[in-house]
Amino acid sequence: MSNRVLDISLTVNGERLQTRVDARKTLVDFLREDLALTGSHIGCEHGVCGACTVRVNGEIVRGCLMLAVQCDGGSVETIEGLSDSGEVADLQAAFEQRNALQCGYCTPGMLATAQDLLKRGDVPSRDEIREHLSGNYCRCTGYHAIVDAVEAVAHARAGAKK
Amino acid sequence: MKPAPFAYAKVRTLKEAVALLAKHKDDARLLAGGQSLIATLNMRLSAPELLIDINGIKGLDGIAKKGKFVEIGALARHAQVEHSDIVARHAPLIALAMPHIGHPAIRNRGTFGGSIAFADPAAELPACLLALGGEIDIAGPKGKRKVKADAFFKGLFETALRPQEMVTAIRVPAADKNTRVGFAELARRHGDYAIVGLAASARAGGKGLVDVRLAFFGVGATPVRAKNAEAALASSNIDTAVAALDLAPHDDVQATARVKKHLAGVLLRRVAEQLMEPRP
Amino acid sequence: MKITQDSPPVLTALDRPNSYIGRSVPRPNLQRLTHGRGQYVSDVNLPRMAHVAYVRSPHAHARIVKIVTTAAKKAPGVTAVVTGAELAQVMTPWVGVLTHLKGLKSAPQAPIAVERACWQGEAVCAVVARTRAEAEDACELVNVSYEALPAVTDPETALDAKTPVIHPALGDNLCFERKLDAGAVDKAFAEADTVVEATFRFGRHTGVTTEPRAVVADWNEGEQRLTVYHGTQAPHMMQNLFAKHLGIAEHQVRVLTKDVGGSFGIKVHTYADEMATVALSKLLKRPVKFVADRIESFVTDIHARDHRIKGKIGVSKDGTITAFEIDDLTGIGPYSVYPRTSGIEANQIVNLTGGPYRCPNYRAQTRVVFQNKNVMCQYRAVGHPIAVAVTEGLVELAAAKIGIDPLELRRRNLVPDDAYPTQSAAGLKFELLSHHEALAHLDSMMNYAGLRSEQKKLRGKGIYRGIGFASFIEVTNPSAAFYGVGGARITSMDGATVKLDAQGAIIVHTGVTEQGQGAEAVVAQCVASSFGIPLGKVRVVTGDTDNTPYGGGTWASRAAGIGGEAAWQAGKALRANVVAVAASILQAKPEDLDIRNGVVIDKETGTERLPLDELARVAYFRPDTLPPGFQAELMATRHYVPRAWPFAFTNGIQASYLEVDTDTGFVKLLKHWCVEDCGTIINPQLVDEQIRGGVVQGIGAALFEHCLYDERGQLLNGNMADYLVPMAAEMPDIECGHVVSPTADSELGAKGAGEAGTAGAPGSVMNAINDALRPLGAQPLTDMPFTPDKILRALGKV
Repeated sequence: MSNRVLDISLTVNGERLQTRVDARKTLVDFLREDLALTGSHIGCEHGVCGACTVRVNGEIVRGCLMLAVQCDGGSVETIEGLSDSGEVADLQAAFEQRNALQCGYCTPGMLATAQDLLKRGDVPSRDEIREHLSGNYCRCTGYHAIVDAVEAVAHARAGAKK
Repeated sequence: MKPAPFAYAKVRTLKEAVALLAKHKDDARLLAGGQSLIATLNMRLSAPELLIDINGIKGLDGIAKKGKFVEIGALARHAQVEHSDIVARHAPLIALAMPHIGHPAIRNRGTFGGSIAFADPAAELPACLLALGGEIDIAGPKGKRKVKADAFFKGLFETALRPQEMVTAIRVPAADKNTRVGFAELARRHGDYAIVGLAASARAGGKGLVDVRLAFFGVGATPVRAKNAEAALASSNIDTAVAALDLAPHDDVQATARVKKHLAGVLLRRVAEQLMEPRP
Repeated sequence: MKITQDSPPVLTALDRPNSYIGRSVPRPNLQRLTHGRGQYVSDVNLPRMAHVAYVRSPHAHARIVKIVTTAAKKAPGVTAVVTGAELAQVMTPWVGVLTHLKGLKSAPQAPIAVERACWQGEAVCAVVARTRAEAEDACELVNVSYEALPAVTDPETALDAKTPVIHPALGDNLCFERKLDAGAVDKAFAEADTVVEATFRFGRHTGVTTEPRAVVADWNEGEQRLTVYHGTQAPHMMQNLFAKHLGIAEHQVRVLTKDVGGSFGIKVHTYADEMATVALSKLLKRPVKFVADRIESFVTDIHARDHRIKGKIGVSKDGTITAFEIDDLTGIGPYSVYPRTSGIEANQIVNLTGGPYRCPNYRAQTRVVFQNKNVMCQYRAVGHPIAVAVTEGLVELAAAKIGIDPLELRRRNLVPDDAYPTQSAAGLKFELLSHHEALAHLDSMMNYAGLRSEQKKLRGKGIYRGIGFASFIEVTNPSAAFYGVGGARITSMDGATVKLDAQGAIIVHTGVTEQGQGAEAVVAQCVASSFGIPLGKVRVVTGDTDNTPYGGGTWASRAAGIGGEAAWQAGKALRANVVAVAASILQAKPEDLDIRNGVVIDKETGTERLPLDELARVAYFRPDTLPPGFQAELMATRHYVPRAWPFAFTNGIQASYLEVDTDTGFVKLLKHWCVEDCGTIINPQLVDEQIRGGVVQGIGAALFEHCLYDERGQLLNGNMADYLVPMAAEMPDIECGHVVSPTADSELGAKGAGEAGTAGAPGSVMNAINDALRPLGAQPLTDMPFTPDKILRALGKV
């Protein structure tokens, strides 16, 4: 019943997998090392910087604060999946247009978190955007262009709905 | 850093969890939200032999109004509590505290019971529980018991939980039209652990307040009730309450004891104003 | 929320049809990053690759008595356990000195400590294993016996007779000192109507690059070649250093940098653990990967900015600044970092203090002392944030004391815009700056008068807002004066090779590198403009010592000014070559042809004559159809190095508007402005974004960031929860404006812009806080970071 190595089944970006993994391996290490999905990044391994933010069962989580084995029976979505499905295409375009990314290391986590905010459907204020992104560390941009990009997409989505 | 090796077991029932805890004792740790535990494992500050994943235990994540109480299951996620109508309406103090806990991704996994059991002295929920005079349901090898909040937080990361026991639910009195709550915390950055915080509840009574409970956090090894200040506030004397603040914080990386004491006074004034306001 | 406008086109020698100079085009290749398909060094995996983890000294200073590795060697997955003594067989130690910093001295530093650990966190043993986790498991089994030694942890007493000398062979703990005395300072102070003195302190910082340092070293024993995947800003410099210390030739080394998750100067230095990783690969004859985790990063990434400066300013009644004086003391680590040295930051402070002002009387001294703490070296805006904060802090303290508006005091003293070329009291040569135009622009951009009246109104209600400024000069486009003259094999030159491919697109190989600032984009824009092709048809290759011209990489804000100029010239040269081919094909005169939008055209009429893909087809596949004796040359290489000026100085001015909660000591940043003159702007959006990112790093300095050490040399807050970096919720919106004073030292006229934000932000925030609290009689705050604790103490509330 208890083991250091376990067999797990899970869906990652829509693809069903069965694999064996060390109990101690975090979700983000599993994604990066076992599945070569290196779009999720490691910045601190203490849950503070947000670079490892991915979606598990539809909710954003810190990939460094979950174990891969906890995802047995669950579904994981990484930036590669969010990207290929087109779900964050407008956010990506806005980020690119406004240079809301420089080195790009925080960007996958930033996009996942921004999408989490915009999924709600309303148009958040700049302060609300800053608050929602307050757990995603960026050293390059100073955040201003990121807030601009998220705000622009929020308006565009709201406009498109009318 | 990567965690030291450990074994992992996912349990489906409370009984299984308690049995494994009893068997492995100090070599096992419960994995609920994991937002504190896995960070400590990643830094190798802790190296248990076994992690007992309790996330699969059904029935421990409910949020319900039960008569004059609001009961929150230990496995209720912070995000669930944050967005709960029942909490918003019947446990408004907790609703005020939730947005301050970490960040959205943390709140999607972190659990109410985990926060209570971990008892970080700078955390919001233990103080809320103390301010509301709540009660904690516990299960262990010797069966079930309840502990009042006033008796639960004993020392630095130390609670009334005996070895191999676990929190199963938390209960707080439901708010009514005379309930008054107030919450404020000071953190350098949104979502950080507070330098100082205050969770307060009271009841409107006659001209002033009765049953004032002021629970400060970030000022000691546990959340602390400032009882002298509570008495003064009951007579609506804010200045006396601030002067009577009976807190003895220590210096830490964030702030000195003197600064914490001063900030506690500032928060008391701000929260006192909130307490004076009638419920919307 | 609007996207940065393109700059209005300026008619100059740059006037090219469809020019990208001055256009805010999005960077090409960003999709790779937004799709999560970049390749950072931490993503690189090679066959047979092993991982290294380092056992690190828990002591700030200790003799390594014994290292027992038997248990570790037997641990699961372990390939090797290697001590400093064993690694010394493979790699030689280094010394971080340069001859132009006279008297600078340092002791040899080994890749893994031998005999003695000199700071908490220094590597004392390497464990190489199949996975990082297994390497860490085995690290716990390495048994190191230490004999703790007294640690030197206070710069103020580091040179005292009774303080132990860290490296006895050096004689004392002095790394470097410098004195400068210009004009007649004592006389000026004696005659000044007002003299203001203040002691400024700057907390130690660390870069906290989002991607930690990473290196994958691959020594191929069969090929006798070393390939290193390295998140470095200067691949050619590292190529030289790896070769030198392994005792092989440069051409046996290839350094590749792909995507880099942030650098800011942190990744331009030589790190013992990275050098050790390279040495381990050679020793073990297989690829070895090292990724610093965040906890390691805090104790090994270079620190910076740990200074105490006693500053003094003299002013006359009419507001003329008559003298500046500084006495700087900085405590670095136990070694001067290699190869750029840990004396540069202090040297810059001496050079730059007082720089924007025409004040001939200036005296400065600096002492750089060794300590048993993490090493210190150049980090974004090297020395500028400190020199600017001291200068601008003194200026505003003086303004307050004599009762002159701080902007007005600056107007009376900034070097006039028509005074150039000129030289500062410290001997810095300025080609062309625009302090006054920038100030005027800022004044109107921020509606200064409006903010002052809002401030006054709110003070009446007990709300304390402050406005603070910082004028600054900034070093960019360095010539050999920065490093080369000191004997470092760090080039100030850069090159670009451009090639027309067989389908008529352009490939550019450049020696500058990309860490997110947009060097690739800037180079592409330069080539696209000077050659005459749509940006979408230009691909840039960078970060590969095998496949780019020898270059300096990206640092000191040189990529646009130097890398861009080389690219511009190469594009021009290729255009001439391609036009020659076109003339030959079309039987026309080269001087009658040009290239626009990817097509060869008739220069006078604009008529399209020959598309480039057709030209390429003929040149590559049908040279038999070209006139005899004609050889098509569809590649061109040009280099550029600044020669006329040691540095291309830029200038700017920043303003901070904030509110201090006088009950809690918390500061709320309301808005920030920066007007920057970086010469010709190649991509206005990229410049603005560099400024914004730089400003926030500077805000981190002013309010949040501080590496806290105890007296035993233990870092107390080396994690992301306790070392506070700026996050989105506390940062203001940042508005940017521009003035353009091109340099004549290049055809593009572009200077650099990467560091200006960081240079001016700390000083302007400090000045704003003091402005806010002045009416309350608070002691001026000059000890960064300005925590609530310090603000409450200044207000007398604790």
